[in-house]
Amino acid sequence: MPDLAIETHGLTKRFRSQLAVDGLDLAVPQGAVFGFLGPNGSGKTTTIRMLLGLVAATAGDARVLGSDMPRHVDAVLPRVGALVEGPAFSPYLSGEANLHRFDAADRRAPRRTRTARVAEALDRVGLSHAARKKVHAYSLGMKQRLGLANALLMPRELLVLDEPTNGLDPQGTREVRALIRSFAGDGTTVFVSSHLLAEVEQICSHVGVMSAGRLVTQGTLEEFRDEGETRVLVRTPDAVRAREVLTGLELGINIEPAGRGGREAAVSRPDATDDESVTARIGATPPEVIVAALVGAGVRVRGFETLHANLEQRFVELTGEGFDVVQ
Amino acid sequence: MSSEVGDGVEAPVAAGRGGREAAVSRPATRAGGGTLSLLASELRTLFRRRRTWALLGALALIPILIAVAVRLSGGPPTGRGPAFLDQITNNGFFVGVTAILVAIPLFLPLTIGVVAGDAIAGEASHGTLRYLLIAPAGRIRLLLVKYVAAAVFCAAATLTVVVVGTLIGWALFPIGPVTLLSGATVSVGDALLRFLAIAAYVTISLLGMSAIGLFLSTLTTVPVGAMAATAILAVVSQIMDALPQLEWLHPWLFTHYWLGFGDLMREPIVWDSFADNALLQSGYIVVFGALAVSRFLTKDVLS
Repeated sequence: MPDLAIETHGLTKRFRSQLAVDGLDLAVPQGAVFGFLGPNGSGKTTTIRMLLGLVAATAGDARVLGSDMPRHVDAVLPRVGALVEGPAFSPYLSGEANLHRFDAADRRAPRRTRTARVAEALDRVGLSHAARKKVHAYSLGMKQRLGLANALLMPRELLVLDEPTNGLDPQGTREVRALIRSFAGDGTTVFVSSHLLAEVEQICSHVGVMSAGRLVTQGTLEEFRDEGETRVLVRTPDAVRAREVLTGLELGINIEPAGRGGREAAVSRPDATDDESVTARIGATPPEVIVAALVGAGVRVRGFETLHANLEQRFVELTGEGFDVVQ
Repeated sequence: MSSEVGDGVEAPVAAGRGGREAAVSRPATRAGGGTLSLLASELRTLFRRRRTWALLGALALIPILIAVAVRLSGGPPTGRGPAFLDQITNNGFFVGVTAILVAIPLFLPLTIGVVAGDAIAGEASHGTLRYLLIAPAGRIRLLLVKYVAAAVFCAAATLTVVVVGTLIGWALFPIGPVTLLSGATVSVGDALLRFLAIAAYVTISLLGMSAIGLFLSTLTTVPVGAMAATAILAVVSQIMDALPQLEWLHPWLFTHYWLGFGDLMREPIVWDSFADNALLQSGYIVVFGALAVSRFLTKDVLS
């Protein structure tokens, strides 16, 4: 049994002049819930399309469930359930008829149990009551559920879910999270792309981050958090002296210009008018060493705080700020 | 849950490792629905669609309009209007033949263009193409099923015109033994068989065009584009077939034999044009089928 459910080496896709995915080395362990993060347009969906054999790679190779894609598409895909770039159905057919149709397309799905499996999948996503309604009358959330039901028609070893909670209300989102946890509990590998970081933080065991077509990091959620740079915030009236000390420590300290520290620096405190905030990235330096150095140099430290990066900060560190995301 | 829900239903719940063994050990095609199952599903989808029935309904209107108009006006003077039109008042059976002659140049190509042009492009525009492919339907298998469904629609369209025409002719006009083009007269039963042969001839005539439509459908995600292009090609082909300057080209045009079913109305039946037509159409099926396959196999599905 292969250890990796998804494994790519140098996977690359070029659309005319644009490099959509650039040398991707993805490793998704079997049984993991892998959060695939990245801003819009960073190449997530193109990667998923290559993994599912919808799009041919320009270079590199991909193995899904131990077999080369897209060469073994017919052997691999029946074991994979997927939701790609939103649900899509024939609007003039009922939800039930749409599932029957997709199931009939899978040569390995037994016809004998089709009706029962469709009913079971609809029940699992809470759509039994709307099974016979035409899909054009479905809300976005209902279509999303129907898309999930389609991924659940057969027992799957791998679920590839592209933005699975898109369009769902908070209850629906919770249900989807519970579903994903239950798959993971059964040993199914779940590859879930999302830009909702809170969601990823809650359900994922592993994370990979895309930016401008490149995979900038991947690993367990803990590793991802730990990689995040720890920063310290010093509140002192001797800001100039403090910066000198921090610079002089030569321990990989990276002082941020005043005001760039973000929220903390921007807040001016009326009760300490001569205080300024100095923020620095300290890498692996223990915070107590820094405090000792500051105090030893006569800096009046009135406040000291260690700031750990949360997932969102990590994400922004890796992919860029706001609308300035790397193109 | 009903009592028929057995072990098979438990399967989706027990996703994971257990599922893998079950999936791998199961004989691939025997337990699942094969290509016929997918074809049945495709035909159900096609004929469950209101648009399909609207197309067939529009085709059914042609013989009805012809029959009612002839009935109300008492028939045109001999020798005017489409072939066979002046025969209708003598024998209602000619409504079906007249209607198919009227429908061939434009109405039938339009409806076939809609169905064939929609085959892949329609799925792409709905986004269902990606879900069919990851099911996985198999690209060649999907093309094959789509083509056979289009061919079934060709037969349904042709039969609609012939059957509705025969029935309305039966209802509004006297019915009797049919005088053929060669002058011989055949019984009602013989005539009905010949009408079925005409329906088969016209269906075969449309198969080459369906293959062209299928190929065009793999080129775009805008179904209307593929539909219009297919119908336009049929018209252009007929125009070229009418230009004497292009006579060298005529035998190669897919519309060349479209109106050549008159041989089926002779005694004895002359099958030459039937065979020539079938050969020409199969040539178009091979060429455009191959183009469709080569295009679709390498296509990046981005819709």
